Amino acid sequence: MGSRGFLWFLIIDIMSKKNWPLWEIFVRSKNGLEHRHFGSLHATDAEMAMENARDVYTRRNEGVSIWVVESKHITASNPENNGELFEPAQDKVYRHPTFYTLPDEIKHM
Amino acid sequence: MSEENIKNLEEIFEARIARDEKIEPKDWMPEKYRKTHIRQMSQHAHSEIIGMLPEGNWITRAPSLRRKVALLAKVQDEAGHGLYLYSACETLGISRDELYDQLHSGKAKYSSIFNYPTVSWADMGAVGWLVDGAAIINQVPLCNTSFGPYARAMVRVCKEESFHQRQGFEIMLSLCRGSKEQKAMAQDALNRWWWPSLMMLGPVDAESVHTEQSMKWKLKRKTNDELRQQFIDQTVPQADLLGITVPDPDLKWNEETGHYDFGEIDWDEFWQVVKGHGPCNKERLSARVNAWDEGKWVRDAAMAHAEKKELNKLKEVV
Repeated sequence: MGSRGFLWFLIIDIMSKKNWPLWEIFVRSKNGLEHRHFGSLHATDAEMAMENARDVYTRRNEGVSIWVVESKHITASNPENNGELFEPAQDKVYRHPTFYTLPDEIKHM
Repeated sequence: MSEENIKNLEEIFEARIARDEKIEPKDWMPEKYRKTHIRQMSQHAHSEIIGMLPEGNWITRAPSLRRKVALLAKVQDEAGHGLYLYSACETLGISRDELYDQLHSGKAKYSSIFNYPTVSWADMGAVGWLVDGAAIINQVPLCNTSFGPYARAMVRVCKEESFHQRQGFEIMLSLCRGSKEQKAMAQDALNRWWWPSLMMLGPVDAESVHTEQSMKWKLKRKTNDELRQQFIDQTVPQADLLGITVPDPDLKWNEETGHYDFGEIDWDEFWQVVKGHGPCNKERLSARVNAWDEGKWVRDAAMAHAEKKELNKLKEVV
């Protein structure tokens, strides 16, 4: 495909989505804390998503930093696979400190 | 999936809720759970959006700058609450456009209270004090509801609502401490908003079709009648403090039950308004539909602008 054909392909692809896409909003409530998922909103692009996120999710000093990610870029695990994903960790008690017995004399370990 | 399989899944599902586990969007859920939640959450979102109209009516005529910034902030919060709830509702696989369509076509309902007119400034006080007061009583238990996105949205909504009720009560208090005319305005607003506020808490238990299922799913923690009694018990002393009279000749403190007894609610009026024959049903819906239709070119232009920017970026790359 020539560069011109590629461009047309992109134009058609972009024009076919009529509605404003969905964005996921993450907010850091203060320095030292991680960004946390706050919710989602619709916006035409990242810039507008940022402006809307500021108005929708931080009207009362809830944040010092915002991330916006278009929802379609998030891959989520399927709860149906929770067994194979998370159950193997359940019987590995030896990964926790309480698995190991120490004599009473030992403090601070 | 076989019928037996579904029955099994349903039992596991109900047991999870009974254990106070939260349900998240991608979890398996009965179709009825999904539908009920889409209905209730979208009604709730629509109510926030339509609820901006009766108050938006007074922003330009607020009597002072202090009142004006408060009212603006309150109406902006309502827009925000609508957006939290719409996006929580969309996690159940319905699009924003479908939700708007349901509102605009009249298929979906919103709280009937917003079909009453706001004819004087005192109504801004009464709406905040009574309507938001009743809404809070309805909403606080929802912070613990079983569907995760709804519960999380409600935590934020409830945090923000408490200022709404206070600013309303403060307006009432100023009017009641003002001139005779101002106090009469406050009394008139109470007279008009009292009964519709009681109706806001829903039909009497005997006629509420969804109560039993909703209790099981923790969409409800108390019945409509219990919530109504709670609202009356907490609001009447506030009216006393304001020095205005609740328009119910049968209202009386009952020493034995420890609650107020109250008069008959006009449920015919309630159902008339629900069915679309309230004083402002047509006005509210047409204001909303017009705003949406007239904003179409702005939405399209914003989308086209974003696409153009994206293409220009790509052109540089190609």
